[in-house]
Amino acid sequence: MLTVATGNKAVAAAVKEARPTVVAAYPITPQTEIVEQIAEYVSSGELDTRYIPVESEHSAMAACIGASVTGARAFTATSSHGLHYMHEMVNWAAGARLPIVMANVNRAVGPGWNIWADHTDALQERDTGWLQVYVGSVQEAYDAVLMAFCIAEDERVLLPVMVNLDGFLLSHTMQPLEMNPAGDFIPPLRLPHEIDPGNPGGYGTLTGPDDYFKFRWDIERSMRDSVAVIRETEDRFFARFGRRYGMVEEYRCDDAEVVVVAMGTLGKEAEVAVDLLRQEGVRAGSMRVRWFRPFPRLDLSGRDVVVVDRDYSFGFGGILARSIAATTGARPFSVIAGLGGQEVSYEDIAGFVRDRRPGEETWFGVTGDV
Amino acid sequence: MTEIPREEYLHKCTSACAGCSDSLALRYVLKAAGPDTILVVPACCTSVIQGIYPNTAFKVPVYNVAFAAAAACASGMSAALRAMGKKTNVIVYAGDGGTVDIGIQALSGAFERGTDFLYICYDNEAYGNTGMQRSGATPVGARTTTTPAGKAQKKKDIDAIVAAHDPPYMATACAAYPKDLFSKVKKALSYRGPTFIHILSPCPPGWRFPAEKTVEMGKLAVRTGMWILYEREQGKVTINGPSKAAMVRPLPVEEYLRAQGRFRGISSEAVARMVADARALAERLKKEEEGTC
Repeated sequence: MLTVATGNKAVAAAVKEARPTVVAAYPITPQTEIVEQIAEYVSSGELDTRYIPVESEHSAMAACIGASVTGARAFTATSSHGLHYMHEMVNWAAGARLPIVMANVNRAVGPGWNIWADHTDALQERDTGWLQVYVGSVQEAYDAVLMAFCIAEDERVLLPVMVNLDGFLLSHTMQPLEMNPAGDFIPPLRLPHEIDPGNPGGYGTLTGPDDYFKFRWDIERSMRDSVAVIRETEDRFFARFGRRYGMVEEYRCDDAEVVVVAMGTLGKEAEVAVDLLRQEGVRAGSMRVRWFRPFPRLDLSGRDVVVVDRDYSFGFGGILARSIAATTGARPFSVIAGLGGQEVSYEDIAGFVRDRRPGEETWFGVTGDV
Repeated sequence: MTEIPREEYLHKCTSACAGCSDSLALRYVLKAAGPDTILVVPACCTSVIQGIYPNTAFKVPVYNVAFAAAAACASGMSAALRAMGKKTNVIVYAGDGGTVDIGIQALSGAFERGTDFLYICYDNEAYGNTGMQRSGATPVGARTTTTPAGKAQKKKDIDAIVAAHDPPYMATACAAYPKDLFSKVKKALSYRGPTFIHILSPCPPGWRFPAEKTVEMGKLAVRTGMWILYEREQGKVTINGPSKAAMVRPLPVEEYLRAQGRFRGISSEAVARMVADARALAERLKKEEEGTC
């Protein structure tokens, strides 16, 4: 069914198709519409799920953990400070190998108080063991949620998945949306370590160094295995619904001498910048990094690279730019742009490409002694 | 109802301290709950008593969760189990720190939402697992490692806070009175919705008394009126036998205080406050039982 929807409504609609047993959530701007819409579905009987209106995000993730460990499918959604308030439990979900799916509506972290798009919230959770995907359109938000359940619940993965969408730019923007009855696309959840009174054991007990070390390695091994699972899931999705995205969405990269790398809506904006630059005779392309964990392999050899980060690690650099430098050996021109919802147009991105200085970092719009 | 079964759900040789009242209480709790039970345990002595992975000292599954998260985790677990048509008992077994301090938000949320579970707080009146630092449940005058001169504030009244949520059943208990504890767990689990049991858990190393005196210490607490055994069933208060007797003819409080190193050097003002608070609670409960308040 073709319709128009906001990113938030698309996420909620995908959750309805995924039919989780438990949804536990707390409202926060700009995520609120997701949990409101799910509450509507539950209230009207369109979705048969236990909706737990918890008293905090820490409890939202704790409730998802409690549900998931019984072998039930669990979902939550949050944003920014909510995500950080649940940070302890974000670790717990991955460490306990629970395939929880969470939508995070990317929003700046205070202070100052700012509700607009920024990837720093999710990137501060990057070392928790969650898979992270960043989407670039309302359709992709819908599709990514459906695929996230398949990927998280695959026996080779059994790690939670965070679907990230830019606050307001996607969460509150109407775009065309093709909704597909998911049917049996998501297989039933079979959790091999489901808690069972018939087979009593200790979950998350005191663990000595040797076993703890093995558990950590096991998370990393599953992270690596998840690359194949993501590909297979996308193949199945393509065969069923006709859409695919990849670990990284490339645009006009085949003959590109300069590549713009970004995530989320900035990555989509970069495609328009590429078209503009091509009209000017610049052989530009773009790579929109979708999966940040596991981190993709980018083929950037022999090309200039411009990385646009809507995030920052203080005292270190743009997180995407530094990750690309570390994994590819490229010396990207790192542009910090869009923090706290700063407007960045395709013309601005084209400007970054024209003015690129490999190995340097600039803060868009910051001049003089700020 | 008070016939305590022989089945054991705690293996021998756990890593509990000698004379541990927490594991004694848990033994009766599990006998009452039976095998179709999942324990949710936040950071506390119990999470240590279980032993080190891959071993476990308990014959029911235990889900260990972060300190502040037990009641919320149990909410999700209970919701999922009920959705799948299972009646499995979901029991949070948490210390006083995880209940009255860091876990109180999740506790309050779960009770307000009417979660179908039993929350048990075993209360040794300090952070025992980390070496006896003060908690909100530490009584006035008690020396802990963070109140070396004795705690200045009184014990937080978690029972009044829980009662304000109007759960269908709540009670106090002590492992020194096992039949009483056993029947209270049975009763709590017979209700749907959130239920609460607050167990006084005398702690030999923390309270500084000999390990063989644990049961005696629990009885002293009740007989001196410093711990009152009662139930609040659908709002109606019943003071239980041992405390009824203690209210008629209490033992001197000094017997309870003198038996513990943590009260050594306690000021007479602190003792007077403690006694006054205990009496005020007893009076309040008596009035509630009689229906005159």
